[in-house]
Amino acid sequence: MDAKAAIARRIAMELHDGQLVNLGIGLPTMVADYLPEGVEILLQSENGFVGLGPSPQEGEIDEDLINAGAQSATILDGGCFFDSATSFAIIRGGRLDVTVLGTLEVDEEGNIANYIIPGKIVPGMGGAMDLCAGAQRVVVATTHCDRRGNPKILQRCRLPLTARGEADLIVTELAVIERQGGKLVLVERAPEVSVEEILQKTEATLEVPSEVAVRSF
Amino acid sequence: MNKVRGMDDALAPICDGMRVMVAGFMTVGTPLGLIEALTTRGPRHLTVVCSDAGTPGKGAGMLVDANMVDTFIGSHVGLNPRIGERMAAETMNVHLVPQGTLAERIRCAGAGLGGFFTPTGAGTEWAEGKECRTINGKSYVFENPLPGDVALIRAHRADASGNCIFRKSARNFNPLMAMACQYVVVEADIVEEHPLDPDQVMLPGVFVDAVVHRKEMAHGC
Repeated sequence: MDAKAAIARRIAMELHDGQLVNLGIGLPTMVADYLPEGVEILLQSENGFVGLGPSPQEGEIDEDLINAGAQSATILDGGCFFDSATSFAIIRGGRLDVTVLGTLEVDEEGNIANYIIPGKIVPGMGGAMDLCAGAQRVVVATTHCDRRGNPKILQRCRLPLTARGEADLIVTELAVIERQGGKLVLVERAPEVSVEEILQKTEATLEVPSEVAVRSF
Repeated sequence: MNKVRGMDDALAPICDGMRVMVAGFMTVGTPLGLIEALTTRGPRHLTVVCSDAGTPGKGAGMLVDANMVDTFIGSHVGLNPRIGERMAAETMNVHLVPQGTLAERIRCAGAGLGGFFTPTGAGTEWAEGKECRTINGKSYVFENPLPGDVALIRAHRADASGNCIFRKSARNFNPLMAMACQYVVVEADIVEEHPLDPDQVMLPGVFVDAVVHRKEMAHGC
């Protein structure tokens, strides 16, 4: 299983029936494909609706209906549309149970940096700062290291922050790391990787309990 | 009062140096006909407020391409590389704002409020230089209202009183921007002969100054 699919599948196991969830662009969007049987969640799209459905079939594309990643979308029965202020009231007001988003860096204090590389990429933060600050639970979906093999889970983020202290769970292809009592705890490892290897690929200090669970797939 | 106008009449009040809000999200809900017509009129030194910079050659990006924009305020410009080029060349100011903060600043202006405290960006560089406050144990950042001179709005249906109904995810910033601006032009897919059902109206006509029928654009510009 490739790294991204493993991350998406593992995050899907964190979601509970009936939760309102926002999935970020890219890898986080894949989480919806791996929901365990019997778990139905409601997806929020921050451009203004709840009840985001699967991609439309050809011929069903509606130019007035896109997701927050600007792709053609559908809305499920029971869903509804609203304006952008209402959308972010849902996000900041405590109605959004989980947000899943990618990152460039995440650190020991739960800080997230994912919107700008000064002097290089300046796409803008979109809704990410609001989602991190507002969601009840912030799940970071990221490969354990960047393309050059450098750790992305750091002692302290170097890039400008998207949010301070908001990361609750970090899921990589190698590990599941939970923020507990202000510390990062290694709660699970992938079957093919040792705790030592994870520690070696992580710049942040991880607490390692006496028993680290092994991912079930 | 009948607010239905021809394109030229509707856009005539838009002048150099104004702050123009362009509704829509990635050009969905963006009044593309009004924008195109505005580029031929060519007011300059505009400040444009839009959720995002659209894509090259479409949406708010068209005004940038036509060299009409001095300052762009939005939450995302990543899908329009021409904006990035202008940022790098320092030929245009770009102010990036978190999308929820942008929406609420606009809503605040329209609602006559003097700003608000939000948790968004608290404790980050974004909050530097701003008033921060701890409320019920949580950190908040003060944000100012963001009013505009002109709003360019896209509705699905409008009536002669300016009442509007939006369609699907095209609603987004439309009602907020209409409420926050001094002069509001609506591009409507359908201009109803009869008044809209008052129970269905999503933007009250009191916020609207001019309604332009989309069909009029195909011939008129």
